[in-house]
Amino acid sequence: MKLSALHQSYLNRRRSPLDSSVDAPSKSFLAVFWLVLHCLCCLISLLLGFRFSRLVFFFLVSTPSSSNLYSPPFRPDLPPPRIDLTPSNATTAEVKTSSSRVVVGRHGILIRPWPHPDPVEVMKAHRIIERVQREQKAVFGAGGKGSRTVIAVTPTYVRTFQALHLNGVMHSLMLVPYDVVWIVVEAGGVSNETASIVAKSGVRVIHVGFDQRMPNTWEDRGKVEVLMRLRALRVVKEEKLDGVVMFADDSNMHSMEFFDEIQNVKWFGAVSVGILAHSGNAEEMVMSMDKRREMVDEVEERSSLPVQGPACNATDKLIGWHVFNTLPYAGKSAVYIDDVAAVLPQKLEWCGFVLNSRILWDEAESKPEWVKEFGLLNENEGVESPLSLLNDPSMVEPLGSCGRQVLLWWLRVEARADSKFPPGWVIDPPLEITVAAKRTPWPDVPPEPPTKKKDQMSLSQGNNNVVVIPKQQQQQQQQQQQRSSKVRKPKRRSKRNKHEAKPTDTTTQVSSSTKHHQERN
Amino acid sequence: MMNRSSLSTILLFLFFSASSAEHNARTERISGSAGDVLEDNPVGRLKVYVYELPSKYNKKLLQKDPRCLTHMFAAEIFMHRFLLSSPVRTRNPDEADWFYTPIYPTCDLTPTGLPLPFKSPRMMRSAIQLISSNWPYWNRTEGADHFFVVPHDFGACFHYQVEFNFDIKQEEKAIERGILPLLQRATLVQTFGQRNHVCLDQGSITIPPFAPPQKMQAHLIPPDIPRSIFVYFRGLFYDVNNDPEGGYYARGARAAVWENFKNNPLFDISTDHPTTYYEDMQRSIFCLCPLGWAPWSPRLVEAVVFGCIPVIIADDIVLPFADAIPWEEIGVFVAEKDVPKLDTILTSIPTEVILRKQRLLANPSMKQAMLFPQPAQPGDSFHQILNGLARKLPHDRSIYLREGEKVLNWTAGPVGDLKPW
Repeated sequence: MKLSALHQSYLNRRRSPLDSSVDAPSKSFLAVFWLVLHCLCCLISLLLGFRFSRLVFFFLVSTPSSSNLYSPPFRPDLPPPRIDLTPSNATTAEVKTSSSRVVVGRHGILIRPWPHPDPVEVMKAHRIIERVQREQKAVFGAGGKGSRTVIAVTPTYVRTFQALHLNGVMHSLMLVPYDVVWIVVEAGGVSNETASIVAKSGVRVIHVGFDQRMPNTWEDRGKVEVLMRLRALRVVKEEKLDGVVMFADDSNMHSMEFFDEIQNVKWFGAVSVGILAHSGNAEEMVMSMDKRREMVDEVEERSSLPVQGPACNATDKLIGWHVFNTLPYAGKSAVYIDDVAAVLPQKLEWCGFVLNSRILWDEAESKPEWVKEFGLLNENEGVESPLSLLNDPSMVEPLGSCGRQVLLWWLRVEARADSKFPPGWVIDPPLEITVAAKRTPWPDVPPEPPTKKKDQMSLSQGNNNVVVIPKQQQQQQQQQQQRSSKVRKPKRRSKRNKHEAKPTDTTTQVSSSTKHHQERN
Repeated sequence: MMNRSSLSTILLFLFFSASSAEHNARTERISGSAGDVLEDNPVGRLKVYVYELPSKYNKKLLQKDPRCLTHMFAAEIFMHRFLLSSPVRTRNPDEADWFYTPIYPTCDLTPTGLPLPFKSPRMMRSAIQLISSNWPYWNRTEGADHFFVVPHDFGACFHYQVEFNFDIKQEEKAIERGILPLLQRATLVQTFGQRNHVCLDQGSITIPPFAPPQKMQAHLIPPDIPRSIFVYFRGLFYDVNNDPEGGYYARGARAAVWENFKNNPLFDISTDHPTTYYEDMQRSIFCLCPLGWAPWSPRLVEAVVFGCIPVIIADDIVLPFADAIPWEEIGVFVAEKDVPKLDTILTSIPTEVILRKQRLLANPSMKQAMLFPQPAQPGDSFHQILNGLARKLPHDRSIYLREGEKVLNWTAGPVGDLKPW
């Protein structure tokens, strides 16, 4: 390659056709011939332009190119069937080469007629690139560790906010770059409502029904949720699922780094959870921020940060737990599900812990001794936090740079107890609209008497919407005096509605049967 | 019965161990004889005797110009050093299977660093005269059990110095003279490989060109960086110094690549010399390895080391260690006449095939076989050369000539070669 550069310098090659090549007798003939040809070329190039001179000869003479070296004394490269490099001439020509030997000499430069990218090829190439990158990620990604399945455990039940929460968790799980097994445990048994939401996920779902219904108070609800989670862990044990178990409560929000971080867990890990103890009352929030107290304890630390998770010392060893400071909320926290007050977490929420699914398996192969046998766990003894699965809670691995990174957020938000929503969030049958006759082109029709309809909506000026849902909707258990007093307000409003609706006026209204409405409530 | 059952259990065990070794998702062992051959250990299978030549043939040349150690023909020097300390070396020439002549014919550099093989024929000739007169082993077989490392462009067809203005290319000159007559019976270890070419002796061993292993190791990037370049190439398309109109250089193939794909965003091709050349290769899926003035190029070695699938555009090329490495399964071969359709060809390769090629390339023994590390490591090019020599054993009885029988013509070749060196 570079050899020829030096060849050039050493041999002082010229591009002249005056070739004093091989044989002496033919030398003079060659010289004369070339001289004549060269003069002719010069003349023609004066007329037509430099390059075209040789091409003219090519078209005129049009001998087949024989660039076979071994036929001296002719130079092997004239006439060359080369293609012009200028864009004006884009014909292609093939050089004749013998089938088994590649010959030395000048070859044509092959250019296709439209040397520009073909969009179909470009798309194919991009798909190839994407596939290769996916493979790279699968093999080398996440620190080169290879990926473990993420087993997500979600306790849920049907209520208004279920669609909101469950869609959020589902979208997070759909984005996880690893294999996901989603165990959804539903209080009150398997329902179509939940099934229709989780079916859209595209991940493997194990939908398990739980026979109890979800209670109304936060405390009881927490207990039932624990039982539901244990039920899910039993599924993991029975099906011998292999991977990392994490607890994705349906109202929580997870960051993508969380899933990357939990791949590193060996047996039992803990992450920091951001606690969003939302209270409906803005004043409350301000007050709790003011009351800051730091009590440094050997074993426990209560900080004012809304974080729950492992606490480490300077050498990154686990020494205790950060627990959410509930003192500012003492006495003012929500008791019932739809209380307008701060919803407080447990001391140690389940969602902050992840475990290797092999802990739950039966055979004790390579299971550490500080793990209790899951099969022998007695649920009735009150399992509060996942630490009860362990004999020695100090062996928990702190993840997320020793709890410094908050990788997920805990939140509990529920709708009012009386809130109802259309099943599957599909409004069916469609609304009926009555338009006063004066505004319509068709002949006068007396206003229709109020009829009993399944689905009704009342729209009136300036009042809140009250949605009435048909009977088949499952509901939370019904209430007490407190509930009914709240309900009375819309009743009164609807009475006003009825009163106003009676005269046929020109405003459009949705027909309603307020009497029926009251019955419903 | 006992023997058969024990044999079957041994076979079963071997099968299971082999299959379990293949279950690694990252790399793929080339199944069958080819892959295993890469990991053969030549020690014990052959013996090599190294002639003691005066230092004017080797050490003095190197002292004169230490740049010989880093250019792409440095394999000859490193081969010598490797053999001196290798366990296959024997000091008893009577038990040797192969004889090695430590001569550095390409270590004659211009001020700019390019080698001049002009004096090489004479150097070779004088060395052979020396060994044939001082030791009886050359005359015994007329060189049939000797091997020479000639990593130059056209191997042993050293072209000779010309004094007139010629317009014929160096290759044509080299072809005209053919392989040095004295080396007709010897085995040549060379980088050149073009099938049916005069300069490629049938029995020669093709080796990769020398690429500095430390330099390549220093530019490795983490393997999880996504490969985002589809086709990559850096180098000349037109050799304006020697072939300004095009058509000679690379038989027009490189120029065709440029003209057809310079507007194509999938093809990252240019004549730049970026400092991130090695890193860019690791971010590419395909790396073009077209022929230049000679069919081989160091790009092949670099592509294999960096896991980029080599797209070989060189008709009738013989690739290094072709009997040990299944190049069709690793690289893509494109005929020179198909260069205008290169994008169609590359995008129509099924993704499964591409992924498999990448897995084969990820195999560390493949990368090791292309390198000349200092000091030598198991499975590297030195060992592959010795494996190749060992595969040619045992020598056929007919190479041993009878007393007084002569086959080689010592006076053949151009007049300039016969001058003493």
